[in-house]
Amino acid sequence: MAVTEQQQQAFIGKHLAEAQVAVELQDEDMVLNIGPQHPATHGTLRVVVKLDGERVVAADPVIGYMHRGYEKLTEYRSYPQVTTLINRIDWLSSFANEVPFIHAGEQIMGIEAPPRAVYIRTVLTELSRIATFLLFLGEMGAQVGAITPVFYGFRDREYVLNLIEAATGGRFHPNFNRIGGLKDDVPAGWIAETRRMMDKVFESCDTFENLLEGNEIFLARTKGIGIIPGDVGKGYGVSGSNLRASGVDWDLRRDAPYLAYPEVDFKVWTHPGGDSWSRYWVRLQETREAARIVVDLLDRLPSGPVMAKVPRIIKVPPGESWVRVENPLGEMGYYVVSKGATGPFRVKIRSASFSNVSILPWLLKGVYVPDLITILASLYFILGDIDR
Amino acid sequence: MTAAASTLALEIPWGVLLGAKVMIILTLLPLTALILGYVFLMKMMAHMQSRLGPMDPGGFHGWFQLIGDGIKFIQKEDVMPADADRRVFALAPMIILISTFVVYAVIPAGPRLVVEDLEVGIFFALAVSSLSVIGVLMAGWASSNKFALLGALRAAGQLIAYELPLVLAVVGVIMQAGTMSLQGIVGAQANGEIFGWGAVGNPFVLTQAVGFVLFLAAAQAELTQTPFDMPVAESELVAGYQVEYTGFRWLFFQMSEYATAFALAGIAATLFLGGWYVPGVEGTAADVLGPLVLFAKIMAISFVIFWVRFTYPRFREDQLQAMAWKYLIPLSLLNILVTGILKVVF
Amino acid sequence: MPDDDLTDAEEPAAAEEPAAADEPAAEEPAILPEHVGMLAKLQADLGDALVEAVSNHGDLVVRVRNDAWHAAALAARSRLDCEYLSFISGIDWTSRPDPPNWDPDAPSSPVQPKEVTYGAAGSDGRFQVFAVVESTDDKIQVILKTDVDEADPHVASWTDVYPGADWHERECWEMFGVRFDGHPSLRHIYLPGEFEGHPLRKDFPLLSREVKPWPGLVDVEAMPGGAGEEAGDETAEAVAEGGE
Repeated sequence: MAVTEQQQQAFIGKHLAEAQVAVELQDEDMVLNIGPQHPATHGTLRVVVKLDGERVVAADPVIGYMHRGYEKLTEYRSYPQVTTLINRIDWLSSFANEVPFIHAGEQIMGIEAPPRAVYIRTVLTELSRIATFLLFLGEMGAQVGAITPVFYGFRDREYVLNLIEAATGGRFHPNFNRIGGLKDDVPAGWIAETRRMMDKVFESCDTFENLLEGNEIFLARTKGIGIIPGDVGKGYGVSGSNLRASGVDWDLRRDAPYLAYPEVDFKVWTHPGGDSWSRYWVRLQETREAARIVVDLLDRLPSGPVMAKVPRIIKVPPGESWVRVENPLGEMGYYVVSKGATGPFRVKIRSASFSNVSILPWLLKGVYVPDLITILASLYFILGDIDR
Repeated sequence: MTAAASTLALEIPWGVLLGAKVMIILTLLPLTALILGYVFLMKMMAHMQSRLGPMDPGGFHGWFQLIGDGIKFIQKEDVMPADADRRVFALAPMIILISTFVVYAVIPAGPRLVVEDLEVGIFFALAVSSLSVIGVLMAGWASSNKFALLGALRAAGQLIAYELPLVLAVVGVIMQAGTMSLQGIVGAQANGEIFGWGAVGNPFVLTQAVGFVLFLAAAQAELTQTPFDMPVAESELVAGYQVEYTGFRWLFFQMSEYATAFALAGIAATLFLGGWYVPGVEGTAADVLGPLVLFAKIMAISFVIFWVRFTYPRFREDQLQAMAWKYLIPLSLLNILVTGILKVVF
Repeated sequence: MPDDDLTDAEEPAAAEEPAAADEPAAEEPAILPEHVGMLAKLQADLGDALVEAVSNHGDLVVRVRNDAWHAAALAARSRLDCEYLSFISGIDWTSRPDPPNWDPDAPSSPVQPKEVTYGAAGSDGRFQVFAVVESTDDKIQVILKTDVDEADPHVASWTDVYPGADWHERECWEMFGVRFDGHPSLRHIYLPGEFEGHPLRKDFPLLSREVKPWPGLVDVEAMPGGAGEEAGDETAEAVAEGGE
């Protein structure tokens, strides 16, 4: 009985999808598949656009080419093993991904990481924010046609990735968080090195400011392009820098404090513009701000253990917890339901890019193809973060 | 050598002469493309982007890299899309290459060192160089690919729009020189005087500075180099009209891109920088020194072209058209007007 | 929370106690003071359609009747100013049939208990749809839950309240088979159009675990400071040295 019903619904779904395509093909406008293999889609996003000349009449993002079923896989894994998976959701800021999940586990278990671990977590989260944004700052140039900034972006990100690698052992997938703290303390000399690198990050931000902010063509390509009004953005669940660039003063680091953020004094950057330019500007400021936070935290890094007392086999008592954090790409949250086993019963992964990209059908109406690329670049999504 | 031959043409049958001329251009064209590709695309871009570029092939700073690439492309399988218009698809790169090829024939490299000194040299050069748009349209259409088609349409709109400022910028030079022959223009610059001082002649870049800038801007667009590279726009249209091309056909596109850059830089050098003319050098010595001087000037202009290319983002299609019709064309018309008035006054 | 309050590592269940000390009994349906006002506003709009409400780890969890799901969205949006939609998803509360080759004795195998229990704010049956909405102005959030019928799972769509609900509901329909009445085009989002079944239902097997036995303990690395060891710098350093 259940099977036939499922089949029935799959049948309906299939025909709905086909009907959609059929409608798209019915009129004279040209249907263009941007992606799943296209240099501007950061992987495998596919945007089916209906074009009238170069103007987009309708856009339908098709996702799922990289769907890895993490929500299902978490149900078959123990808590430490889940960390390995969620590293790969937003692979540019893997460390930041781990934090909310670990935090949810700790919340249900009722343990807290020692202060030093909390501080190091905060530092590494901010470092992954810097790494993610530096890449964005360069890549945005590449997407509007300037080939040089992207190399600076990759070069400068490497400084930060080296730091993350030195501390965690992994450039991309640290898998460094444990329920109750961190796997390890940071190595000797790391703090001085980080301070030195933060100076380079400041320099790098200045470079990008000079390269692109004063560039008339860059301004002409980004200003007024892809305006997201704050209210619309909220309705779609657009979060992070994208929402702050629409003038919404909303940063979970300040508004729903976690880690060591309550103890740091930092500015939440907003911009009233809502266009691609504002998103670029906000991310540029946030890169600097993140570097400032790192320096500030390093000055006050408490000493002590980095691991609380936890059982060797993690068993999380029954309960559920919703933890959301401000990831580089936006609000990332885990709704963890535990039934007392060594693995979670259900994990709902709320990833930022999924919601950020869901605004595309609304946003892309009436723009030109080149603007479409600018908008895709300025929304800054990671495919792993959309498809999970 | 050709030029020497052409002065002694009485003894050489015209067929042999023609063959020799064609062979020389056929050697020059890939050579210049290689030089520009290596010096600017590989090395200059790399150093601008804090990279080294190829370092190993050939031993010295990877000079062999592009030749190796060329050999690789020639070996590649000739892939054609199933739905492609096969003959047009195959013909398109040839047309683009030929349009470049013919431009080389009229650029003088010395007093006698020119393949064919036409009376209407500059007119001819600009006319045949704009033939490439037909090749681009053919490539885009025959590929049966939407990205290619979009790229080709963009290219058509862009090349036609920028043909006008290109030609209009040259008109000022023609008026000042009083001839359309490229040799004549070089001569006019060599014999010109700057307020009575004629030691270095009068390169038109001084009196036609506006025309020079307009010419470079329009040439940048004609070459579809950033910030005018919408026809290929790799982040939007993947590679525009080239998207379905592989192997030696794609190599032809690349070769003609750099060879055209070289040719247009050559025209700019001839029109505005005095061409092959070296002050105080006459006769055979000029035939020896001339090509070197011209080459140096071409490299300087190419440097500017590629410098801009590696620095700027890309315009949007409508911004590009607006720039051509709202700024470049009125400005070049104004330039002609002012040149005309000054010509009458002085 | 003081570090010295940590419990013995051998007794994971006892680890709850610090949490209990922190907040008024997260497990018991007590409403935190800051949630009382929010709840009252929702209650005013929803009336008896609001089935249950608890504060869970600092978040207000509200369960509403299935037919009031749309009204709940409107209430949250208008009364609480929750204009921001975080997500909509579902949950299947039944226990999962263990895959063959599954070694229930392996300490790392995440064997879930067989009896069906429900989470915060309870549930009437197997499927629940839950969502999180937030107010960016008042810096508050509400977790809304509703039960859906197992035989005919359906609930009202939120797409007219939150445009972003579109994709979340498509995902939820695809993963759990919950229909959203009023959704403009309920089609597959992640999976190909011809896919049959709803993968996140507990009775949908994970094929890789069906064919390959669970690796067991080998996946679990020794935790620094675990199993009664003194957690601290020395341990961390010792592990680091051992690793190198």
